[in-house]
Amino acid sequence: MSENSNPFTYAPAPESRELVSIESSYDLFIDGKFVAPKSKKRFPTINPATEEVLSKISLGGKEDLDLAVKAARRAYERVWSKLPGKERGKYLYRIARLMQERAREFAVLETLDNGKPIRETRDTDIPLAIQHFFYHAGWADKLEYAGAGSHPKPHGVVGQIIPWNFPLLMLAWKVAPALATGNTVVLKPAETTSLTALLFAQLCLDAGLPAGVVNIVTGDGSTGASLVAHKGVDKFAFTGSTEVGKAINRTLAASARPVTLELGGKGANIVFEDAAIDQAIEGIVQGIFFNQGHVCCAGSRLLIQENIHDLFIEKLERRIEEIRVGDPMDKNTDLGAINSKEQLAKIIELTQSGEVEGAKAWQPDCALPSRGFWFRPTIFTNVTGAHRIAREEIFGPVLSVLTFRTPQEAIEKANNTPYGLAAGVWSEKGSRILWASRELKAGVIWANTYNKFDAASPFGGYKESGWGREGGRHGLLPYLTHSSTPRVKSGKGVRR
Amino acid sequence: MSKERIDVKKTYKLFINGAFPRSESGRSYPIYRKGSKVLLAQPAQASRKDLRDAVRAAREARSKWYSASAYNRSQILYRLAEMMEGRRSQFVEEIMAQTSASKSVAEKEVSEAIDLWVWYAGWCDKIGQISGANNPINGPFYNFTSPEPVGVVGVFAAPDSPLLGLVRAMAPALVGGNTLVVLASEKHPLSAITFGEVIATSDVPAGVINILTGIRSELSSWLASHMEVDGLDISGVKSGSGEIRALATENLKRIADFDSSTSPNRILALMDQKTIWHPIGI
Repeated sequence: MSENSNPFTYAPAPESRELVSIESSYDLFIDGKFVAPKSKKRFPTINPATEEVLSKISLGGKEDLDLAVKAARRAYERVWSKLPGKERGKYLYRIARLMQERAREFAVLETLDNGKPIRETRDTDIPLAIQHFFYHAGWADKLEYAGAGSHPKPHGVVGQIIPWNFPLLMLAWKVAPALATGNTVVLKPAETTSLTALLFAQLCLDAGLPAGVVNIVTGDGSTGASLVAHKGVDKFAFTGSTEVGKAINRTLAASARPVTLELGGKGANIVFEDAAIDQAIEGIVQGIFFNQGHVCCAGSRLLIQENIHDLFIEKLERRIEEIRVGDPMDKNTDLGAINSKEQLAKIIELTQSGEVEGAKAWQPDCALPSRGFWFRPTIFTNVTGAHRIAREEIFGPVLSVLTFRTPQEAIEKANNTPYGLAAGVWSEKGSRILWASRELKAGVIWANTYNKFDAASPFGGYKESGWGREGGRHGLLPYLTHSSTPRVKSGKGVRR
Repeated sequence: MSKERIDVKKTYKLFINGAFPRSESGRSYPIYRKGSKVLLAQPAQASRKDLRDAVRAAREARSKWYSASAYNRSQILYRLAEMMEGRRSQFVEEIMAQTSASKSVAEKEVSEAIDLWVWYAGWCDKIGQISGANNPINGPFYNFTSPEPVGVVGVFAAPDSPLLGLVRAMAPALVGGNTLVVLASEKHPLSAITFGEVIATSDVPAGVINILTGIRSELSSWLASHMEVDGLDISGVKSGSGEIRALATENLKRIADFDSSTSPNRILALMDQKTIWHPIGI
């Protein structure tokens, strides 16, 4: 039977690319203006689904950062710190509304630059980014109730470095709380995904945000390192790998400047024998294949109770065969392109180690586009806790399956990692869920669900997955100096 | 023939896993009465191995301490205050002997230390209420956040204050449900060990608090870099805190670094917030 004669075959439903106009090159956004980098250097940004060059991005350097930090300082001292919270909040509301109006444009741009499916940018990334601005807008004039004392103060100039996996959403996670709390920002987007941040810069202008309150300096790792080394920055926030996070903290250790870190993970998704199996299957799929597995909190380790292993894996494989891999602009697509050639090489290297070490790989027999960076959804069974694929963050659509017999063994295996970002629990028994949730060493526990996010929900890790929280009331605290306090800051203590 | 009684002097040893061992290294170091050559005591000079033993004890005691109910932990910490009150004169004498403090200054330090335990004890069953949250999610989910202990915390007691500096750092870390490895003041270690005796009689489970005396420079970097230590209170570190922070980066220890003020933020600095989601549905 040919594909066309099957009435249940999907016809492609591509989103229109005409919704966005991409310029041939972009400048840096400093002090409310788009300015060329001092080095005059630019680098290409590509669509990872086609390898087409979309535009040229400015390579920011030390001099550019110096200007950006100075602009942020000036804006902080002259304008932003003097503005009452309720007025600051109005700018954030404006930004949220402007983003809503151009939501589809942001979604298309994000999908083109990042490679993730339009369904996800349209339904998850962009709406959540908007919610983040809306949520934090309302905090700007209520900070005395945030739990940081009755006179909470901002740090001043905040340096922020964000990753490529959720470009605009990570920008929102960083910029919205920083502005709401009265800080000004120098933000460095990820090297491969700067376009939505640059469209956001335009939005800041459209919203009338005072010059210098938000500065966006694009570039590569060296740009980020220069930002971290810059003495004029009062506080840092970084989302990315644990390795880079540690390097950042070593740089900042001597000066004891405050830093928020959202780092890697190796999330365990535990399925107990009494789980609702079909729901759990959906949750496991969402947990590891959402955003091609480029998710720090991905449920990359499936811990399944031994007596339901075979049935569960059979059902899981059948479900994975239904995953549609391909053109991210197609509204039917579930799994898009791997973000970069480098990331694809890393995924391939780690999965090869899995096979060499004796785990058994399974992939559906799906076609992949001829150009671009792709990787089939993959499950490894026969995995032991010592395998690299059970210990290292793959950051791709690769699931490692381990088994357990008793609930205690499940917890022990789940916690046997230096990471502690997120974990999942699947069971129909309430007391077991609460017990497991308490025992798991992770900052986010999804029980009978996975990979859910919300502006009001604090997110962040235990152990080597990071410091501090983002989102919710707790996410405000790292951006405020508490009234009782780190020695390095001045401030009066709360008296007994 | 004198009728004067010869008093019985105390041997100051380490406090590890509820026992008072000497250093495995066999070393001790002299502490003299302030401004004199009169020997007060020869406390143990802890080694790296003693530090490891203390960390292991603290690690194993974690579940005993955190699985106790908050009400129970609160009563145990309150009992520390009760036991200190009973030994008040010993604490006062030791502070006076080790420092140049007058009696009234020493009395004040002991009173403040006792009152601090009372204040912090009451936080055990309240910290989760003031710092946790129910989060209103845009969707059919129940979502809540609550603070949990980071695990094993290394405490660098302040060098200049024999008792109060110690309590200021220990109390909030314990309230948070952590277990401790404490480096006592190098110059004034005696109050710390006497405090160990208070702990031993206060229903604090063995291993929850471990106290090491000795030479700070021999122990600091091992404590700061130990991979099974999850957090540090470095408020008592006067110089070299940058180096400690850099060493602590290896496993991203949580760092508490506070002035002498008293605040629930000190408790929260050594706790992690956990957020739990569950769908709502029929």
